[in-house]
Amino acid sequence: MIEFNRVSKRYPGGREALLDINFKVEAGEMLFLTGHSGAGKSTLLKMIPLIERPSGGEIIVDGRALNKYKRRQVPQLRRDIGIIFQDSKLLADRNVFDNVALPLLVSGDNHPRDVGRRVRAALDKVGLLKREHDFPIQLSGGEQQRVGIARAVVNRPKVLLADEPTGNLDPELSREIMSLFEQFNQVGVTVLVASHDLELISSMRKRMLILRGGRLLADERGAM
Amino acid sequence: MSRSGARVEKSAQRDARPGVITRLQNHAALHFHVMTTSLGQLGRGKAGNLMTAIVLGIALCLPAMLHVLVERMAGLSDQWRQSGQMSVFLQMGVKDAAAEKLASELRTWPELAVITYIPAQQALLDFKQQSGMGELLAMLDDNPLPGVLVVQPQPDLTPAQLQPLASRMQSQSIVELVQLDMEWAQRLHAMLLLVERGVLVLGSLLVLAVLFVVGNTIRLAIESRRDEIEVVKLIGGSDAFVRRPFLYYGMWFGLFGGLLAWLMVNILLLLLKQPVAELAGLYGSDFQLGLVDLRTTLLLLLCGPLLGWLGAWLAAYHHLRAIEPS
Repeated sequence: MIEFNRVSKRYPGGREALLDINFKVEAGEMLFLTGHSGAGKSTLLKMIPLIERPSGGEIIVDGRALNKYKRRQVPQLRRDIGIIFQDSKLLADRNVFDNVALPLLVSGDNHPRDVGRRVRAALDKVGLLKREHDFPIQLSGGEQQRVGIARAVVNRPKVLLADEPTGNLDPELSREIMSLFEQFNQVGVTVLVASHDLELISSMRKRMLILRGGRLLADERGAM
Repeated sequence: MSRSGARVEKSAQRDARPGVITRLQNHAALHFHVMTTSLGQLGRGKAGNLMTAIVLGIALCLPAMLHVLVERMAGLSDQWRQSGQMSVFLQMGVKDAAAEKLASELRTWPELAVITYIPAQQALLDFKQQSGMGELLAMLDDNPLPGVLVVQPQPDLTPAQLQPLASRMQSQSIVELVQLDMEWAQRLHAMLLLVERGVLVLGSLLVLAVLFVVGNTIRLAIESRRDEIEVVKLIGGSDAFVRRPFLYYGMWFGLFGGLLAWLMVNILLLLLKQPVAELAGLYGSDFQLGLVDLRTTLLLLLCGPLLGWLGAWLAAYHHLRAIEPS
């Protein structure tokens, strides 16, 4: 589903964020990306939906090389990838329902009248069905993050990316969020989570990519 | 096996991507959705947005007002110009009988409709009455005024046909001078055509102003919604999707600007109604200024939104490209 071949990223000014990264993620896999802050986790994650483009090497997502994507085609790529951020990135002037509905409207494949069922299904999965009329500011940090997850999955993407999704949450909430990801993985979604919370992710017993200083230090298969 | 597998995949794809008609319906509904929500956002902006709409209204009102006034006056001068009435001044001392003879000859010309003879004596009496200079005239020994034939040509004659007609009458033996009474209306008409050009130039400049005002308003709106734009791009919003609310935003501004302009022109016309009617009365005309005509109304209500849309597009095209998620 995701393949990195000799990928490197050099920022203008000469800083090497990533060097010679090689790995392959099968469809339906769930894995973690870890390392100290500044190790290149975010940069690596951002390359998959083409928020950043690599300076060298090749990335293949769902069988298609990313360097073939023209500017105009990038939105199509992003619609197949759900992205979750540390700071949930919800739109403050819209309620929970409208935030979650956004990806369905963006694609143009849905009538605004028909999105309700899918929005509610997504909200139900994250346990926030009753909060659809609330605004983000009325929600706790954990709830906001769950709305962010609902928004990421409402379009049934093939790939789910999460960048430090539990960075602002206490251990219990973090575990809840992780188990949500596990549930999505169980229905076939490929899940890649970047996190520096080693304790939490090693308890998940999944495959782990460890980055240090922009290099892939280890690719550990979790003991099943 | 592989064949049926391919077929399954194909039908799955069809499920995922609805047909053209459905997509068009979705698209239209989405446009409507964006249109109404952008109107709501405009309403919530309050004072600043109202101010922008007023500026647009004034900018559109000026050329519209001039256009209406010039058009009305052109219509009036055209009407006068068409009348084509001529005064045929006879030589001094021409006897009434000779004048009547000329009049009856002119009556046989097919181009002429009505000929009225005003004898010199009658002309003097009229002049005494109308000018109030009777005493001054009484000091003169002789009647200084000649006899006049007032000639009304057939109404379907064009101004170009009037000139040779005047020359032919001029060549009659007892005629001193033929004068086209409405020559000044002709000059006024020519001048109004010139003014109309001026209105066009002024209008073009103000159209540019409208584009810049809308463009700047949209630029500010884009800046204030930077985060939202980044998020929408992150979840796969195309350039067109991101641009759309701002285009509708600009369109609404243009529409309200156009409506305000229409209102302002009507108010100005109402204010001018009384003095114009009085002035026209002095010239013996029942000319009415009226209100904005349908054509100008449609022009305003069409050009306003169009200009708003265009101004927004110019701003959005530039500034939205620069915003990318990071």
